[in-house]
Amino acid sequence: MKTLSPGRIALILFCALGLLYLILPVLIIVPMSFSSTRFLTFPPPSLSLRWYQDYVGNPAWMQATRVTFTVAVLTVLIATPLGVAAAYAITNSKLRIMRLIHMTLMLPLVVPIIITAVGIFFVYARVGLVATMSGLVLANVMLGLPYVITSVVAGLQSFDPAQEMVARSLGMNRLRSFFAVTLPQIKTSVLTGSIFAFISAMDETVVALFISGGQYQPLTKRMFIALRDEIDPTIAAISTLMTAASFLLVLIASTRRKRES
Amino acid sequence: MLALASPALLVILLLIVLPVGWLAWQSIYHDGFTLENYRRILSEDIYWRSFALTFEISLLVTTLALLIGYPLAYAANAAPRRWSIVILALVILPFWTSVLVRSYAWLALLQRTGVINQVLQYVGLVDEPLALVHNSFGTVVATVHILLPFMVLPLYAAMQKIPNDLMQAGASLGGGPAHTFWRIFLPLSLPGVLAGTTLVFVLSLGFYITPELLGGGRTIMVSLLVSRNVELYNQWGAASAVGVVLLAGVLAVFLIVSRFIPFDRILAPK
Repeated sequence: MKTLSPGRIALILFCALGLLYLILPVLIIVPMSFSSTRFLTFPPPSLSLRWYQDYVGNPAWMQATRVTFTVAVLTVLIATPLGVAAAYAITNSKLRIMRLIHMTLMLPLVVPIIITAVGIFFVYARVGLVATMSGLVLANVMLGLPYVITSVVAGLQSFDPAQEMVARSLGMNRLRSFFAVTLPQIKTSVLTGSIFAFISAMDETVVALFISGGQYQPLTKRMFIALRDEIDPTIAAISTLMTAASFLLVLIASTRRKRES
Repeated sequence: MLALASPALLVILLLIVLPVGWLAWQSIYHDGFTLENYRRILSEDIYWRSFALTFEISLLVTTLALLIGYPLAYAANAAPRRWSIVILALVILPFWTSVLVRSYAWLALLQRTGVINQVLQYVGLVDEPLALVHNSFGTVVATVHILLPFMVLPLYAAMQKIPNDLMQAGASLGGGPAHTFWRIFLPLSLPGVLAGTTLVFVLSLGFYITPELLGGGRTIMVSLLVSRNVELYNQWGAASAVGVVLLAGVLAVFLIVSRFIPFDRILAPK
Protein backbone atom coordinates (compact mmCIF):
# COMPACT_ATOMS: atom_id res chain seq x y z
CA MET A 1 0.00 0.00 0.00
CA LYS A 2 3.03 2.29 0.35
CA THR A 3 4.05 2.57 -3.26
CA LEU A 4 1.94 4.51 -5.69
CA SER A 5 0.92 2.04 -8.33
CA PRO A 6 -0.52 3.42 -11.60
CA GLY A 7 -3.94 2.26 -10.41
CA ARG A 8 -3.68 4.29 -7.23
CA ILE A 9 -2.48 7.38 -9.06
CA ALA A 10 -5.44 7.05 -11.42
CA LEU A 11 -7.79 6.72 -8.45
CA ILE A 12 -6.33 9.79 -6.74
CA LEU A 13 -6.54 11.86 -9.92
CA PHE A 14 -10.08 10.72 -10.58
CA CYS A 15 -11.14 11.56 -7.03
CA ALA A 16 -9.50 14.98 -7.20
CA LEU A 17 -11.53 15.70 -10.34
CA GLY A 18 -14.68 14.35 -8.73
CA LEU A 19 -14.20 16.53 -5.67
CA LEU A 20 -13.48 19.56 -7.86
CA TYR A 21 -16.75 18.92 -9.67
CA LEU A 22 -18.55 18.74 -6.32
CA ILE A 23 -17.04 21.80 -4.76
CA LEU A 24 -16.38 24.24 -7.61
CA PRO A 25 -20.00 25.33 -8.16
CA VAL A 26 -20.47 25.93 -4.44
CA LEU A 27 -17.36 28.10 -4.34
CA ILE A 28 -18.03 30.00 -7.59
CA ILE A 29 -21.02 31.71 -5.97
CA VAL A 30 -18.83 33.64 -3.54
CA PRO A 31 -16.66 35.62 -6.02
CA MET A 32 -19.78 36.18 -8.13
CA SER A 33 -21.52 37.84 -5.23
CA PHE A 34 -18.65 40.29 -4.77
CA SER A 35 -18.28 41.06 -8.46
CA SER A 36 -18.86 44.60 -9.63
CA THR A 37 -20.44 43.60 -12.94
CA ARG A 38 -23.73 42.03 -13.76
CA PHE A 39 -22.14 39.44 -16.01
CA LEU A 40 -19.98 36.78 -14.54
CA THR A 41 -16.55 37.31 -15.97
CA PHE A 42 -13.75 35.51 -14.30
CA PRO A 43 -11.86 36.77 -12.45
CA PRO A 44 -14.25 39.63 -11.65
CA PRO A 45 -12.94 43.00 -12.92
CA SER A 46 -13.25 44.55 -9.48
CA LEU A 47 -14.83 43.77 -6.16
CA SER A 48 -17.85 45.51 -4.74
CA LEU A 49 -20.64 45.06 -2.22
CA ARG A 50 -23.13 46.28 -4.78
CA TRP A 51 -25.22 43.10 -4.86
CA TYR A 52 -25.34 42.87 -1.08
CA GLN A 53 -26.55 46.48 -0.98
CA ASP A 54 -29.15 45.60 -3.60
CA TYR A 55 -30.37 42.81 -1.39
CA VAL A 56 -30.45 44.72 1.87
CA GLY A 57 -31.92 47.82 0.24
CA ASN A 58 -34.77 45.99 -1.43
CA PRO A 59 -37.92 45.80 0.73
CA ALA A 60 -39.23 42.78 -1.22
CA TRP A 61 -36.07 40.76 -0.52
CA MET A 62 -36.11 41.84 3.14
CA GLN A 63 -39.75 40.86 3.54
CA ALA A 64 -38.99 37.49 1.94
CA THR A 65 -36.08 36.99 4.34
CA ARG A 66 -38.32 37.68 7.32
CA VAL A 67 -40.85 35.19 6.00
CA THR A 68 -38.17 32.52 5.48
CA PHE A 69 -36.81 32.88 9.00
CA THR A 70 -40.21 33.03 10.66
CA VAL A 71 -41.32 29.93 8.78
CA ALA A 72 -38.12 28.04 9.61
CA VAL A 73 -38.27 28.90 13.33
CA LEU A 74 -41.97 28.05 13.66
CA THR A 75 -41.43 24.84 11.70
CA VAL A 76 -38.74 23.71 14.13
CA LEU A 77 -40.82 24.67 17.17
CA ILE A 78 -43.73 22.56 15.94
CA ALA A 79 -41.98 19.70 14.11
CA THR A 80 -39.51 18.92 16.91
CA PRO A 81 -41.96 18.00 19.69
CA LEU A 82 -44.25 16.18 17.23
CA GLY A 83 -41.31 14.29 15.75
CA VAL A 84 -39.79 13.38 19.14
CA ALA A 85 -43.15 12.07 20.39
CA ALA A 86 -43.61 10.00 17.24
CA ALA A 87 -40.03 8.67 17.37
CA TYR A 88 -40.54 7.68 21.00
CA ALA A 89 -43.74 5.85 20.06
CA ILE A 90 -42.03 4.11 17.14
CA THR A 91 -39.12 2.80 19.21
CA ASN A 92 -41.13 1.86 22.30
CA SER A 93 -44.30 0.37 20.90
CA LYS A 94 -44.67 -3.31 20.19
CA LEU A 95 -47.82 -2.78 18.14
CA ARG A 96 -47.43 -4.17 14.66
CA ILE A 97 -49.25 -1.22 13.14
CA MET A 98 -46.36 0.99 14.28
CA ARG A 99 -44.27 -0.20 11.32
CA LEU A 100 -46.95 0.98 8.96
CA ILE A 101 -47.18 4.28 10.85
CA HIS A 102 -43.41 4.71 10.64
CA MET A 103 -43.53 4.19 6.88
CA THR A 104 -46.41 6.64 6.55
CA LEU A 105 -44.45 9.25 8.49
CA MET A 106 -41.58 8.85 6.00
CA LEU A 107 -43.83 9.55 3.00
CA PRO A 108 -42.74 13.18 2.56
CA LEU A 109 -39.28 11.86 1.60
CA VAL A 110 -40.73 9.39 -0.89
CA VAL A 111 -43.45 11.29 -2.73
CA PRO A 112 -41.97 13.46 -5.51
CA ILE A 113 -42.10 17.04 -4.32
CA ILE A 114 -44.08 18.32 -7.30
CA ILE A 115 -46.93 15.93 -6.51
CA THR A 116 -46.90 16.99 -2.87
CA ALA A 117 -46.90 20.65 -3.90
CA VAL A 118 -49.80 20.37 -6.35
CA GLY A 119 -51.76 18.22 -3.90
CA ILE A 120 -51.31 20.65 -1.01
CA PHE A 121 -52.26 23.57 -3.22
CA PHE A 122 -55.41 21.76 -4.14
CA VAL A 123 -56.37 21.08 -0.52
CA TYR A 124 -55.34 24.57 0.65
CA ALA A 125 -57.42 26.19 -2.05
CA ARG A 126 -60.53 24.56 -0.54
CA VAL A 127 -59.83 25.63 3.04
CA GLY A 128 -58.40 29.10 2.39
CA LEU A 129 -54.82 28.40 3.40
CA VAL A 130 -53.19 29.53 0.15
CA ALA A 131 -50.92 32.57 0.60
CA THR A 132 -51.06 32.38 4.40
CA MET A 133 -48.32 32.07 6.98
CA SER A 134 -50.02 29.15 8.74
CA GLY A 135 -50.33 27.27 5.47
CA LEU A 136 -46.64 27.71 4.74
CA VAL A 137 -45.58 26.65 8.25
CA LEU A 138 -47.87 23.62 8.25
CA ALA A 139 -46.48 22.39 4.93
CA ASN A 140 -42.92 22.79 6.18
CA VAL A 141 -43.73 20.98 9.42
CA MET A 142 -44.95 18.05 7.32
CA LEU A 143 -41.81 18.10 5.17
CA GLY A 144 -39.52 18.42 8.21
CA LEU A 145 -41.08 15.65 10.33
CA PRO A 146 -39.22 12.73 8.65
CA TYR A 147 -35.86 14.38 9.41
CA VAL A 148 -36.67 14.81 13.10
CA ILE A 149 -38.11 11.31 13.36
CA THR A 150 -35.20 9.61 11.57
CA SER A 151 -32.63 11.39 13.72
CA VAL A 152 -34.43 10.81 17.03
CA VAL A 153 -35.25 7.16 16.25
CA ALA A 154 -31.53 6.61 15.64
CA GLY A 155 -30.75 8.32 18.96
CA LEU A 156 -33.32 6.29 20.87
CA GLN A 157 -32.08 3.02 19.40
CA SER A 158 -28.65 3.56 20.91
CA PHE A 159 -30.16 4.50 24.28
CA ASP A 160 -30.81 1.87 26.93
CA PRO A 161 -34.54 2.00 27.79
CA ALA A 162 -33.83 0.22 31.08
CA GLN A 163 -32.65 3.54 32.50
CA GLU A 164 -36.09 5.01 32.06
CA MET A 165 -37.57 1.90 33.68
CA VAL A 166 -35.38 2.49 36.72
CA ALA A 167 -36.59 6.06 37.01
CA ARG A 168 -40.15 4.85 36.77
CA SER A 169 -39.67 2.14 39.35
CA LEU A 170 -38.39 4.88 41.65
CA GLY A 171 -41.76 6.56 41.39
CA MET A 172 -41.48 8.98 38.47
CA ASN A 173 -44.29 8.91 35.99
CA ARG A 174 -43.60 8.19 32.34
CA LEU A 175 -43.56 11.83 31.26
CA ARG A 176 -41.24 12.99 34.04
CA SER A 177 -38.86 10.10 33.57
CA PHE A 178 -38.69 10.92 29.86
CA PHE A 179 -37.73 14.53 30.52
CA ALA A 180 -35.39 13.72 33.39
CA VAL A 181 -33.63 10.64 32.06
CA THR A 182 -34.17 10.03 28.36
CA LEU A 183 -34.26 13.50 26.81
CA PRO A 184 -30.90 14.68 28.22
CA GLN A 185 -29.26 11.62 26.68
CA ILE A 186 -30.77 11.97 23.23
CA LYS A 187 -30.60 15.75 23.06
CA THR A 188 -27.94 15.68 20.36
CA SER A 189 -30.18 13.64 18.05
CA VAL A 190 -33.04 16.00 18.81
CA LEU A 191 -30.85 18.99 18.00
CA THR A 192 -29.58 17.37 14.80
CA GLY A 193 -33.14 16.55 13.73
CA SER A 194 -34.36 20.07 14.38
CA ILE A 195 -31.43 21.55 12.46
CA PHE A 196 -32.30 19.28 9.53
CA ALA A 197 -35.89 20.51 9.76
CA PHE A 198 -34.74 24.14 9.94
CA ILE A 199 -32.51 23.86 6.88
CA SER A 200 -35.19 21.95 4.99
CA ALA A 201 -37.69 24.74 5.75
CA MET A 202 -35.17 27.41 4.79
CA ASP A 203 -34.46 25.71 1.44
CA GLU A 204 -37.93 24.55 0.51
CA THR A 205 -38.89 25.94 -2.87
CA VAL A 206 -41.34 23.82 -4.81
CA VAL A 207 -44.23 23.73 -2.34
CA ALA A 208 -43.76 27.45 -1.68
CA LEU A 209 -44.01 28.12 -5.43
CA PHE A 210 -47.53 26.74 -5.41
CA ILE A 211 -48.97 27.71 -2.04
CA SER A 212 -47.31 30.99 -1.07
CA GLY A 213 -48.26 34.39 -2.27
CA GLY A 214 -48.86 38.02 -1.38
CA GLN A 215 -46.68 39.18 1.47
CA TYR A 216 -45.93 35.63 2.60
CA GLN A 217 -43.44 34.53 -0.03
CA PRO A 218 -40.18 33.02 1.17
CA LEU A 219 -36.77 33.91 -0.25
CA THR A 220 -36.50 30.73 -2.28
CA LYS A 221 -39.71 31.44 -4.18
CA ARG A 222 -38.60 34.95 -5.10
CA MET A 223 -35.15 33.66 -6.04
CA PHE A 224 -36.61 30.96 -8.25
CA ILE A 225 -38.86 33.40 -10.06
CA ALA A 226 -36.00 35.86 -10.50
CA LEU A 227 -33.81 33.08 -11.91
CA ARG A 228 -36.36 32.03 -14.49
CA ASP A 229 -36.02 35.41 -16.13
CA GLU A 230 -32.36 36.34 -15.87
CA ILE A 231 -29.11 35.73 -14.03
CA ASP A 232 -29.06 38.40 -11.36
CA PRO A 233 -25.95 38.61 -9.13
CA THR A 234 -28.15 39.72 -6.22
CA ILE A 235 -29.04 36.05 -6.06
CA ALA A 236 -25.35 35.18 -5.69
CA ALA A 237 -25.22 37.49 -2.66
CA ILE A 238 -28.33 35.89 -1.14
CA SER A 239 -27.00 32.41 -1.96
CA THR A 240 -23.70 33.16 -0.25
CA LEU A 241 -25.54 34.29 2.88
CA MET A 242 -27.87 31.27 2.82
CA THR A 243 -24.97 28.88 2.38
CA ALA A 244 -23.05 30.53 5.21
CA ALA A 245 -26.12 30.26 7.45
CA SER A 246 -26.63 26.54 6.83
CA PHE A 247 -22.91 25.76 7.25
CA LEU A 248 -22.96 27.59 10.55
CA LEU A 249 -25.90 25.46 11.70
CA VAL A 250 -24.24 22.21 10.62
CA LEU A 251 -21.06 23.29 12.38
CA ILE A 252 -22.97 23.88 15.61
CA ALA A 253 -24.57 20.44 15.36
CA SER A 254 -21.34 18.62 14.62
CA THR A 255 -19.24 20.32 17.31
CA ARG A 256 -21.89 19.54 19.88
CA ARG A 257 -21.93 15.92 18.80
CA LYS A 258 -18.15 15.74 19.04
CA ARG A 259 -18.15 17.25 22.51
CA GLU A 260 -20.59 14.62 23.71
CA SER A 261 -18.80 11.62 22.28
CA MET B 1 -48.04 4.97 22.31
CA LEU B 2 -50.45 5.49 19.46
CA ALA B 3 -51.51 8.74 21.12
CA LEU B 4 -47.91 9.96 21.09
CA ALA B 5 -47.55 9.31 17.38
CA SER B 6 -50.93 10.71 16.44
CA PRO B 7 -50.15 14.46 16.20
CA ALA B 8 -47.34 13.77 13.72
CA LEU B 9 -49.49 11.21 11.95
CA LEU B 10 -52.33 13.71 11.68
CA VAL B 11 -50.07 16.27 10.01
CA ILE B 12 -48.83 13.65 7.53
CA LEU B 13 -52.35 12.36 6.83
CA LEU B 14 -53.78 15.83 6.27
CA LEU B 15 -50.89 17.26 4.28
CA ILE B 16 -49.63 14.43 2.17
CA VAL B 17 -51.93 11.39 2.25
CA LEU B 18 -55.11 13.42 1.75
CA PRO B 19 -53.69 15.69 -0.98
CA VAL B 20 -52.16 12.80 -2.91
CA GLY B 21 -55.34 10.76 -2.48
CA TRP B 22 -57.31 13.73 -3.72
CA LEU B 23 -55.13 13.96 -6.83
CA ALA B 24 -55.55 10.26 -7.49
CA TRP B 25 -59.32 10.57 -7.15
CA GLN B 26 -59.38 13.56 -9.42
CA SER B 27 -57.46 11.72 -12.09
CA ILE B 28 -60.28 9.21 -12.47
CA TYR B 29 -63.36 11.21 -11.49
CA HIS B 30 -64.81 14.15 -13.36
CA ASP B 31 -68.62 14.21 -13.38
CA GLY B 32 -68.45 10.43 -13.15
CA PHE B 33 -65.71 7.89 -13.51
CA THR B 34 -63.46 8.32 -16.48
CA LEU B 35 -60.19 6.96 -17.70
CA GLU B 36 -59.94 9.77 -20.23
CA ASN B 37 -56.90 11.31 -18.51
CA TYR B 38 -54.96 8.06 -18.65
CA ARG B 39 -56.05 7.40 -22.21
CA ARG B 40 -54.62 10.80 -23.13
CA ILE B 41 -51.30 9.98 -21.49
CA LEU B 42 -51.11 6.79 -23.50
CA SER B 43 -52.15 8.31 -26.79
CA GLU B 44 -50.58 11.75 -26.87
CA ASP B 45 -47.04 12.03 -28.02
CA ILE B 46 -45.90 14.74 -25.61
CA TYR B 47 -46.64 12.58 -22.58
CA TRP B 48 -44.85 9.57 -24.00
CA ARG B 49 -41.84 11.64 -24.89
CA SER B 50 -41.72 13.25 -21.46
CA PHE B 51 -41.90 9.92 -19.63
CA ALA B 52 -39.26 8.41 -21.92
CA LEU B 53 -37.00 11.44 -21.49
CA THR B 54 -37.39 11.38 -17.70
CA PHE B 55 -36.53 7.69 -17.64
CA GLU B 56 -33.51 8.19 -19.90
CA ILE B 57 -32.18 11.17 -17.96
CA SER B 58 -32.68 9.43 -14.62
CA LEU B 59 -30.87 6.35 -15.89
CA LEU B 60 -28.01 8.47 -17.23
CA VAL B 61 -27.80 10.50 -14.02
CA THR B 62 -27.76 7.34 -11.90
CA THR B 63 -25.06 5.72 -14.04
CA LEU B 64 -22.85 8.82 -13.97
CA ALA B 65 -23.37 9.26 -10.22
CA LEU B 66 -22.35 5.65 -9.66
CA LEU B 67 -19.27 5.97 -11.90
CA ILE B 68 -18.12 9.13 -10.11
CA GLY B 69 -19.39 8.19 -6.67
CA TYR B 70 -17.96 4.67 -6.37
CA PRO B 71 -14.29 5.69 -6.63
CA LEU B 72 -14.94 8.61 -4.26
CA ALA B 73 -16.53 6.34 -1.65
CA TYR B 74 -13.78 3.77 -2.23
CA ALA B 75 -11.08 6.38 -1.67
CA ALA B 76 -12.82 7.76 1.41
CA ASN B 77 -12.96 4.23 2.79
CA ALA B 78 -9.40 3.20 1.89
CA ALA B 79 -7.53 6.45 2.57
CA PRO B 80 -5.84 7.29 5.88
CA ARG B 81 -8.26 8.83 8.36
CA ARG B 82 -7.12 12.39 7.74
CA TRP B 83 -7.80 12.18 4.00
CA SER B 84 -10.98 10.26 4.45
CA ILE B 85 -12.35 13.11 6.58
CA VAL B 86 -11.38 15.63 3.90
CA ILE B 87 -13.09 13.62 1.14
CA LEU B 88 -16.26 13.11 3.17
CA ALA B 89 -16.37 16.78 4.18
CA LEU B 90 -16.10 17.84 0.53
CA VAL B 91 -18.90 15.42 -0.39
CA ILE B 92 -21.17 16.62 2.40
CA LEU B 93 -20.44 20.34 1.95
CA PRO B 94 -22.50 20.74 -1.24
CA PHE B 95 -25.17 18.58 0.38
CA TRP B 96 -25.76 21.42 2.82
CA THR B 97 -26.05 24.00 0.09
CA SER B 98 -29.53 24.68 -1.19
CA VAL B 99 -30.51 22.88 -4.40
CA LEU B 100 -31.67 26.21 -5.75
CA VAL B 101 -28.28 27.80 -5.07
CA ARG B 102 -26.41 24.96 -6.74
CA SER B 103 -28.65 25.02 -9.80
CA TYR B 104 -27.99 28.75 -10.01
CA ALA B 105 -24.24 28.14 -9.76
CA TRP B 106 -24.39 25.72 -12.69
CA LEU B 107 -26.48 28.17 -14.65
CA ALA B 108 -23.75 30.76 -14.12
CA LEU B 109 -20.93 28.32 -14.89
CA LEU B 110 -22.45 26.86 -18.04
CA GLN B 111 -24.01 29.92 -19.66
CA ARG B 112 -22.62 31.29 -22.95
CA THR B 113 -20.59 33.94 -21.13
CA GLY B 114 -19.89 31.60 -18.21
CA VAL B 115 -16.53 30.52 -16.86
CA ILE B 116 -16.43 27.18 -18.68
CA ASN B 117 -17.12 28.71 -22.08
CA GLN B 118 -14.60 31.47 -21.36
CA VAL B 119 -11.90 28.94 -20.51
CA LEU B 120 -12.70 26.80 -23.56
CA GLN B 121 -12.45 29.85 -25.82
CA TYR B 122 -9.35 31.15 -24.09
CA VAL B 123 -7.40 27.95 -24.63
CA GLY B 124 -8.73 27.85 -28.18
CA LEU B 125 -10.66 24.60 -27.98
CA VAL B 126 -13.76 26.26 -29.41
CA ASP B 127 -14.32 29.43 -31.43
CA GLU B 128 -17.92 29.98 -30.47
CA PRO B 129 -19.38 29.54 -26.98
CA LEU B 130 -21.02 26.12 -26.67
CA ALA B 131 -24.67 25.70 -25.72
CA LEU B 132 -24.02 23.96 -22.41
CA VAL B 133 -27.17 25.00 -20.63
CA HIS B 134 -30.90 25.29 -21.35
CA ASN B 135 -30.80 21.76 -22.66
CA SER B 136 -30.50 18.18 -21.43
CA PHE B 137 -26.73 18.47 -21.06
CA GLY B 138 -26.95 21.22 -18.46
CA THR B 139 -29.74 19.40 -16.67
CA VAL B 140 -27.71 16.19 -16.41
CA VAL B 141 -24.49 17.90 -15.29
CA ALA B 142 -26.25 19.81 -12.52
CA THR B 143 -28.50 16.93 -11.47
CA VAL B 144 -25.56 14.53 -11.07
CA HIS B 145 -23.83 17.19 -8.99
CA ILE B 146 -26.82 17.64 -6.73
CA LEU B 147 -27.55 13.94 -6.28
CA LEU B 148 -23.97 12.67 -5.99
CA PRO B 149 -23.87 12.85 -2.16
CA PHE B 150 -26.92 10.56 -2.07
CA MET B 151 -24.80 8.01 -3.94
CA VAL B 152 -21.53 8.42 -2.05
CA LEU B 153 -22.92 8.28 1.50
CA PRO B 154 -24.73 4.90 1.28
CA LEU B 155 -21.77 3.48 -0.68
CA TYR B 156 -19.34 4.65 2.00
CA ALA B 157 -21.59 3.25 4.75
CA ALA B 158 -21.65 -0.15 3.03
CA MET B 159 -17.90 -0.17 2.39
CA GLN B 160 -17.20 0.63 6.04
CA LYS B 161 -18.92 -2.62 6.98
CA ILE B 162 -16.59 -4.72 4.83
CA PRO B 163 -14.05 -6.23 7.20
CA ASN B 164 -10.46 -5.47 6.23
CA ASP B 165 -9.41 -8.99 7.17
CA LEU B 166 -11.30 -10.36 4.21
CA MET B 167 -9.26 -8.33 1.76
CA GLN B 168 -6.06 -9.30 3.53
CA ALA B 169 -7.09 -12.95 3.51
CA GLY B 170 -7.75 -12.67 -0.21
CA ALA B 171 -4.38 -11.07 -0.76
CA SER B 172 -2.56 -13.65 1.37
CA LEU B 173 -4.13 -16.40 -0.67
CA GLY B 174 -2.45 -14.95 -3.71
CA GLY B 175 -5.14 -12.67 -5.14
CA GLY B 176 -3.75 -9.52 -6.71
CA PRO B 177 -5.37 -6.17 -5.79
CA ALA B 178 -7.60 -6.23 -8.86
CA HIS B 179 -8.61 -9.79 -8.22
CA THR B 180 -9.50 -9.25 -4.54
CA PHE B 181 -11.40 -6.12 -5.53
CA TRP B 182 -13.53 -7.88 -8.13
CA ARG B 183 -14.08 -11.08 -6.20
CA ILE B 184 -14.43 -9.80 -2.63
CA PHE B 185 -14.78 -6.03 -2.25
CA LEU B 186 -17.16 -5.25 -5.10
CA PRO B 187 -19.71 -7.99 -4.29
CA LEU B 188 -19.71 -7.01 -0.61
CA SER B 189 -20.32 -3.36 -1.48
CA LEU B 190 -23.38 -4.20 -3.57
CA PRO B 191 -25.95 -3.35 -0.86
CA GLY B 192 -24.52 0.18 -0.89
CA VAL B 193 -24.68 0.26 -4.68
CA LEU B 194 -28.31 -0.79 -4.56
CA ALA B 195 -29.24 1.77 -1.88
CA GLY B 196 -27.36 4.59 -3.62
CA THR B 197 -28.63 3.89 -7.12
CA THR B 198 -32.21 3.52 -5.89
CA LEU B 199 -32.08 6.80 -4.03
CA VAL B 200 -30.50 8.72 -6.92
CA PHE B 201 -32.77 7.14 -9.54
CA VAL B 202 -35.95 7.83 -7.60
CA LEU B 203 -34.91 11.38 -6.71
CA SER B 204 -34.07 12.22 -10.32
CA LEU B 205 -37.37 10.75 -11.54
CA GLY B 206 -39.17 13.42 -9.53
CA PHE B 207 -36.64 16.24 -9.88
CA TYR B 208 -38.14 19.66 -10.43
CA ILE B 209 -36.04 22.73 -9.65
CA THR B 210 -32.95 21.86 -11.68
CA PRO B 211 -34.65 20.73 -14.91
CA GLU B 212 -36.94 23.74 -14.70
CA LEU B 213 -34.03 26.19 -14.38
CA LEU B 214 -31.43 24.47 -16.56
CA GLY B 215 -33.59 22.66 -19.08
CA GLY B 216 -34.60 25.91 -20.74
CA GLY B 217 -38.10 24.72 -21.53
CA ARG B 218 -36.74 22.04 -23.82
CA THR B 219 -36.09 19.27 -21.35
CA ILE B 220 -39.62 18.64 -20.18
CA MET B 221 -39.30 16.06 -17.44
CA VAL B 222 -42.41 14.59 -15.87
CA SER B 223 -42.36 16.99 -12.90
CA LEU B 224 -42.43 19.91 -15.31
CA LEU B 225 -45.31 18.32 -17.17
CA VAL B 226 -47.30 18.24 -13.94
CA SER B 227 -46.61 21.88 -13.14
CA ARG B 228 -47.22 23.07 -16.71
CA ASN B 229 -50.57 21.32 -16.78
CA VAL B 230 -51.57 23.09 -13.59
CA GLU B 231 -50.02 26.52 -14.10
CA LEU B 232 -50.36 27.10 -17.81
CA TYR B 233 -53.25 24.99 -18.94
CA ASN B 234 -55.20 24.63 -15.72
CA GLN B 235 -55.71 20.97 -16.53
CA TRP B 236 -56.01 19.38 -13.15
CA GLY B 237 -57.17 16.02 -14.42
CA ALA B 238 -54.20 15.61 -16.75
CA ALA B 239 -51.75 16.88 -14.11
CA SER B 240 -53.17 14.46 -11.55
CA ALA B 241 -52.95 11.49 -13.89
CA VAL B 242 -49.34 12.26 -14.78
CA GLY B 243 -48.57 12.69 -11.08
CA VAL B 244 -50.19 9.35 -10.23
CA VAL B 245 -48.15 7.54 -12.89
CA LEU B 246 -44.95 9.19 -11.62
CA LEU B 247 -45.74 8.30 -8.01
CA ALA B 248 -46.61 4.74 -9.00
CA GLY B 249 -43.24 4.45 -10.72
CA VAL B 250 -41.38 5.76 -7.68
CA LEU B 251 -43.27 3.49 -5.26
CA ALA B 252 -42.69 0.49 -7.56
CA VAL B 253 -38.93 1.09 -7.49
CA PHE B 254 -38.96 1.33 -3.68
CA LEU B 255 -41.14 -1.77 -3.40
CA ILE B 256 -38.90 -3.87 -5.63
CA VAL B 257 -35.72 -2.73 -3.90
CA SER B 258 -37.18 -3.19 -0.41
CA ARG B 259 -37.26 -6.94 -1.14
CA PHE B 260 -33.47 -6.81 -1.00
CA ILE B 261 -32.74 -4.13 1.59
CA PRO B 262 -35.10 -2.74 4.26
CA PHE B 263 -37.06 0.33 3.25
CA ASP B 264 -35.81 2.56 6.06
CA ARG B 265 -32.20 1.63 5.30
CA ILE B 266 -32.55 3.18 1.84
CA LEU B 267 -33.76 6.46 3.29
CA ALA B 268 -31.66 6.51 6.45
CA PRO B 269 -28.04 7.14 5.34
CA LYS B 270 -28.25 10.90 5.34
